[in-house]
Amino acid sequence: MSRYILRRLIAMPFLVLGIVTIAFLITTVTKGDPLTAIVAEQQMNNPEVVAAAKARWGLDRSLPERYMIYLGNLMSGDLGTSFITKRNVGTDILYRLPATLELVFAAMIFGTTLGIVLGVLAAYFRNSLIDHGARLFALFGSSLPVFWSGLGLLFIFSVMLNWLPGPGRLDARLPLPPGITGFLTIDSLLAGNLTVFKDALWHLLLPAFVLGWTVSGTISRLVRANMLDVMSREFVLTARAKGASEFRVVIVHALRNTMVPTLTVIGYSFAYLITGAVLTETIFSWPGMGSYAVEAARALDFPAIIGVTIVGGLAFLVTNLVTDILYVVANPRVRLS
Amino acid sequence: MSAQLSSVRSGAAEMPGEPLLSIRGLRVGFRKAGSQFEAVRGIDLDVAKGEVLGIVGESGSGKSVGMLAALGLTSKNAVVTGSVRFKGDELVGKPAREMRKIRGARIAMIFQDPLSSLNPVMTVGAQIAEAVRLHQRVTRKQAMARAVDLLNLVSIPQPERRASQYPHEFSGGMRQRAVIAMAVANDPDLLIADEPTTALDVTVQAQILAVLRSLQERLGLGLVLITHDLGVVAGHADRVAVVYSGRVVEQATVSELFADPRHPYTRGLIASIPNLEESRERLFSIDGAPPALGSLPGGCAFHPRCIHAEARCREQDPPLLDLGGRFSACHFATTLPPFHGASLAAASLETGSLTP
Ligand SMILES: Nc1ncnc2c1ncn2[C@@H]1O[C@H](COP(=O)(O)OP(=O)(O)OP(=O)(O)O)[C@@H](O)[C@H]1O
Ligand SMILES: [Mg+2]
Repeated sequence: MSRYILRRLIAMPFLVLGIVTIAFLITTVTKGDPLTAIVAEQQMNNPEVVAAAKARWGLDRSLPERYMIYLGNLMSGDLGTSFITKRNVGTDILYRLPATLELVFAAMIFGTTLGIVLGVLAAYFRNSLIDHGARLFALFGSSLPVFWSGLGLLFIFSVMLNWLPGPGRLDARLPLPPGITGFLTIDSLLAGNLTVFKDALWHLLLPAFVLGWTVSGTISRLVRANMLDVMSREFVLTARAKGASEFRVVIVHALRNTMVPTLTVIGYSFAYLITGAVLTETIFSWPGMGSYAVEAARALDFPAIIGVTIVGGLAFLVTNLVTDILYVVANPRVRLS
Repeated sequence: MSAQLSSVRSGAAEMPGEPLLSIRGLRVGFRKAGSQFEAVRGIDLDVAKGEVLGIVGESGSGKSVGMLAALGLTSKNAVVTGSVRFKGDELVGKPAREMRKIRGARIAMIFQDPLSSLNPVMTVGAQIAEAVRLHQRVTRKQAMARAVDLLNLVSIPQPERRASQYPHEFSGGMRQRAVIAMAVANDPDLLIADEPTTALDVTVQAQILAVLRSLQERLGLGLVLITHDLGVVAGHADRVAVVYSGRVVEQATVSELFADPRHPYTRGLIASIPNLEESRERLFSIDGAPPALGSLPGGCAFHPRCIHAEARCREQDPPLLDLGGRFSACHFATTLPPFHGASLAAASLETGSLTP
């Protein structure tokens, strides 16, 4: 088992190099000219300014040269400077990443809870109204575009009912808590500021639900299928014959047996959300990686695009690795062999 | 252990003369996509305290469904009617909460497939300890100690180590031992074993049956042994109930049944026991196949396959007649010609247990 994990760890650097290379190459196949992001439009006809800009940003060098320089900088932790913000891309991302992670964690809490509860209920009450309802909920979750469900729910709960705040992470009038984890909910609690905590939580609710809804469908369908399979196995009958209650039979015996595949799909959903939160972040003006990526792409801000791609890819890799390790740990049959 | 166990015994009055388990007219119907059919069409049988009752019958005859229904374990689409009395206490229609107090405590049941009878993600010890804790007020630690004792009781070597292992680390025979240990964890009065050895190879089968029998004798269990194998019945049961398409068609002591079967179906079964000495081939087999449950023939369900069938058999379904302590559901139970297959069959059964 440790051999397997070791193999995965050894493969990591190569995968990272692959991601970096692809991220770098993607920028070279785009048609757009990054100079438009750097040089003001009136100055475009001034060859001196253009040449100076090219030299400043290294655009006058050949592709392999630029690639080697980028790799060299990356080794020392430097992701380059954004064309737009003129700040270090690493700094920008470090500021944006926690917002995305907070959103994704909250979304996963929604998605996992909904997915498991609905999946178990749908399997237990197969072909009943509950089952059909859960199926419909899953179908909407995974097929409704986020801009549709997000805007719709924003309209209902924020505009019409005024129960929840509008877009954003925090009321603009409230002070930001000192950044420790970058999660507003946690930082505000650490700072003992309940007002900020409550406001951050209310802001988080809707985008997290919208995002969680998209993955809850996949999870509930998988849990349902696995529960149906497990519930028909003889050890479930054995548990009933022992005198265990239905709750115990379903949760302790059956659900626990579906945890291994469920854990896997939860892990992959998490990885998917880190890179898939773009639309939700845009709709809810969430200052995370996704909206940063959108801004960067619009402006052809190459260093930012590459940086975001690398960090997103890395997050994906790490999540999948953790998922696979958990898979091994949770499965006695694999763990012990 | 006995000090703890005796406190669990329910105070249900044990009336003298009343059998441990008494099933009368048990019927189980299944609703399936609008249609309805009966898998069990009226089972009558008794199990006395400390007695071994064998139940034999072809696949699909309703042996499992009947016993599951007695314990309230049939699926949600099943309709169960009739009467199942355990120590005088009616079980059919009993609230689920009260059935749970009986299941695993007073009546235990084990199933055919030891490979899937245990939860793959729980250690064997934890599963046995769970059975203990479901019915006894003991600590986790005490329950675990009891689990180790129980593994020892069913002759599993190194029980402490084994208790902390997962089912996939056990062989098939060991798993079935563990399942048996779990079943007797609360010192039940009745154990229903549904084909406990069918999935195991022959040498292991004998060991498991020996374990079951020794436990049954030591703990004074009533044992219901469901099987396809008349050899098992001959070797281990006191009495036999023969089931055909959802009904008990004959019930008698083992020696009576083999010496003088009073139902043509029983005769066919006995005559078709493979003869070990001559060849593996069956000496005889009953012509035809058991009827599909949805479309039973009128009259006696066995008549299309019966060599003694007459007009009456096509019209009237014979009731289970009392022939003086033994029962048969055949119109000609008392007038059937003498049976000659018995000596042949007896010769092929390894055991000499036919002669009491
Ligand atoms: N949940 C269910 N829904 C519908 N039909 C069922 C259900 N369970 C069992 N049956 C049917 O009831 C009949 C009796 O099945 P049962 O399992 O009792 O047979 P059996 O005598 O135990 O056979 P075997 O020796 O193969 O175990 C079969 O025809 C089976 O298809
Ligand atoms: Mg069966």
